[in-house]
Amino acid sequence: MAFEVGIGASIAGARTIVCMKHVGVNVAADPLMTFAYTGLKGGFVLVSADDPEMHSSQNEQDNRFFAKFAKIPMLEPSDSQECYDFVGIALDISEQFDTPVMLRMTTRISHSMAPVEIRPWQDKPVLGFTVDIAKYVMMPNFAKPRQQAVLRRLDDLGRYSETTPLNRIEWGSKKVGIVTSGISYQHAKEALPDASFFKLGFSYPMPLDKLADFAKKVERVIVVEELEPFIEDALKVAGIKCSGKQYFPIYGELNPTRAERGFADAGLLEVSPGGEMKPFAVLPRPPVLCPGCSHRSVFYALKKMGAHVFGDIGCYTLSALPPLEAVHACICMGASIGMANGVAQVQGSDRPVFAVIGDSTFLHSGMTGLLDAVYNKTNLNVIILDNRITAMTGGQMHAATGHTLSGEETRRVNFVELTKALGADTVQEFDPYDFEAAQKILKDVTKRKGVNVLITTRPCMLFPKKIKGEAYRIVPDECTGCGVCLKIGCPAIARSEQVTKKKLFIPIIDETLCTGCKLCADICPPKCIYLLSELPAGKEV
Amino acid sequence: MTIEKSTKTKDKSSKNSVPVNVLIVGVGGQGVLLASQILSDVALQSGFDVKKSEVHGMAQRGGVVSSHIRFGKKVYSPLIPNGKADVILAFERAEALRWVHELKPGGSMIVNDQKLIPPIAADKKYTYPDDALTTLKTRVKKMQILDAAKIAEGLGNTRLANTVLLGALSTTLDVDMSIWRDVITRRVPKGTSDANLKAFDKGRGA
Ligand SMILES: Cc1ncc(C[n+]2csc(CCOP(=O)(O)OP(=O)(O)O)c2C)c(N)n1
Repeated sequence: MAFEVGIGASIAGARTIVCMKHVGVNVAADPLMTFAYTGLKGGFVLVSADDPEMHSSQNEQDNRFFAKFAKIPMLEPSDSQECYDFVGIALDISEQFDTPVMLRMTTRISHSMAPVEIRPWQDKPVLGFTVDIAKYVMMPNFAKPRQQAVLRRLDDLGRYSETTPLNRIEWGSKKVGIVTSGISYQHAKEALPDASFFKLGFSYPMPLDKLADFAKKVERVIVVEELEPFIEDALKVAGIKCSGKQYFPIYGELNPTRAERGFADAGLLEVSPGGEMKPFAVLPRPPVLCPGCSHRSVFYALKKMGAHVFGDIGCYTLSALPPLEAVHACICMGASIGMANGVAQVQGSDRPVFAVIGDSTFLHSGMTGLLDAVYNKTNLNVIILDNRITAMTGGQMHAATGHTLSGEETRRVNFVELTKALGADTVQEFDPYDFEAAQKILKDVTKRKGVNVLITTRPCMLFPKKIKGEAYRIVPDECTGCGVCLKIGCPAIARSEQVTKKKLFIPIIDETLCTGCKLCADICPPKCIYLLSELPAGKEV
Repeated sequence: MTIEKSTKTKDKSSKNSVPVNVLIVGVGGQGVLLASQILSDVALQSGFDVKKSEVHGMAQRGGVVSSHIRFGKKVYSPLIPNGKADVILAFERAEALRWVHELKPGGSMIVNDQKLIPPIAADKKYTYPDDALTTLKTRVKKMQILDAAKIAEGLGNTRLANTVLLGALSTTLDVDMSIWRDVITRRVPKGTSDANLKAFDKGRGA
């Protein structure tokens, strides 16, 4: 969607920048592949941030291939200053060559800070849309000539790549020439500062003549790049002798140490001292649902029902981890409903089947899945976890929050009306903090036929502002040490040093963290968890 | 992300041709990111090239958080090479143990004496390392352990704990004190700068 809005802005003559993570380009691939044909009016830059090492992603993919796939130019900044500068250059290239330009980032570029020199900036007027059917209407008779234009453009860009200062040589020792781009340049430069460097800032199409010339002037060429051998393969196809992935991993991110090890394997240096201490095996500390998170009770109930849960991408995916372990598949944004639909269609589960999807994700790519389930007469239960925010990615607004991304008030989508309009047979809202009622609603819905939608009604605890309610406390002499309250994975509840008469651990609630969602109190068998203001006589604060 | 270059840059080109590496670690929500931001500002105002890197996607969800800050005449990679941190500031005991192998031989470590047991420890498969401090003492010579929350409580506000830790950190680095004070004054909420500067001094003396 964002990409298509961007196309509109650009062909109406506005300079446009559209940003997404690597998997976002998978979704935007359809318009990208054809926008590459039409070209544009106002400069268009696609910022794509890859996530080598999968710091916070479901997969690792090298989006440099998208530039090659779509036959559009690609720029790769290697630090904050270049990020800043390359956007302006990319816009100029876009307008000069009538092409979208990809600015390829990685996590380490995006999540770094460094000093940046701010340069003067000139606003460009929006030129306005003009009809040009042969350019903007892509059907075979118009697309074929555009395809030829793309091929000519690629030749022109190849020549530009040979001369642009974005591709620069830093001469050092001629014993080895390093060819590199993006963040890999920084790691390699730190590990082997005296080598000669060919730093690609404009890395597609590559300046193959200049690279061949560089290769002739050094004894050997080593390519340093994260993920796929994108540069290495191109050099080899062009007949330039080099090595790369032989010494550097094809997955994960590089760092100065991995770069140094690669160079050591290549016989170029000896590994420097340091880093000899072995890491200690310390218990893991995976991210968890916050205290009071409205997602928690839903997954605890689904677990107790023994349901098969087809999940989606968001904070709630964390429910796949112990102790809840109540998400059983997660592929990409919006996949939950489709997957559950498929399972239902082949009658592939003897358990209750649920699709569980966040509010933001439902609006992003869940609606069509729901429509499809209705259309194909599937029996399906869908839970929309409406915490009224895009929590996982830091609390962005969406179409059902009542605010735009820039914070202005706007219309607010109503999930009940929306899902009814999409054809759901039943739609019901429920309060996830009323555990008993929620459990009953989840059980009842499995007895119904058709497409049934359940929608939760509690906001996120963190965004847009922190919510802190009155805390609960465990009264130790009433506690049996059964440990049930520890099974919901609440960070506010931990084992204490105290034990029961039977030597079982008595848990303790951190009252500064507890937000008072009361799930633990609801599920506590001996009912020994009390609101601070309702502690039994003699135990008051 | 960008931070504007300070106009007050001093020339320190003779110093620090090899970058100083500071690793700040802790648990999501503890304030690791703000502390690393303050240190980066201090280094930048001192006239150094600075790079800072952290992945904070999971930071708010009680996961492990680490931030690399490197400063010197010229910094290439934003990541500290393995086992080459000059200083590690750990906001929590188990996290100190998790990261200590990144300390270079002879490096300094500052450990906040706080224990945060992750919910995963409810599962008997996992135990919290209660002996973390003892183990650390056998590995690191230059180590300072302080209970920042307690010191902050003594000053009348537990929220000052992170500034206490920054005070302790400042003793391990060769940076002008007036710059620290200047940055802290600018970075903390309005009206709290006096209290924060007091906490900073307490941390220096701790
Ligand atoms: C195609 C794509 N774009 C962006 C992302 C990044 N992303 C991860 S989770 C998420 C949205 C989560 O929001 P929501 O579904 O409301 O769940 P919550 O985190 O609020 O529980 C996004 C946009 C992604 N994984 N895939």
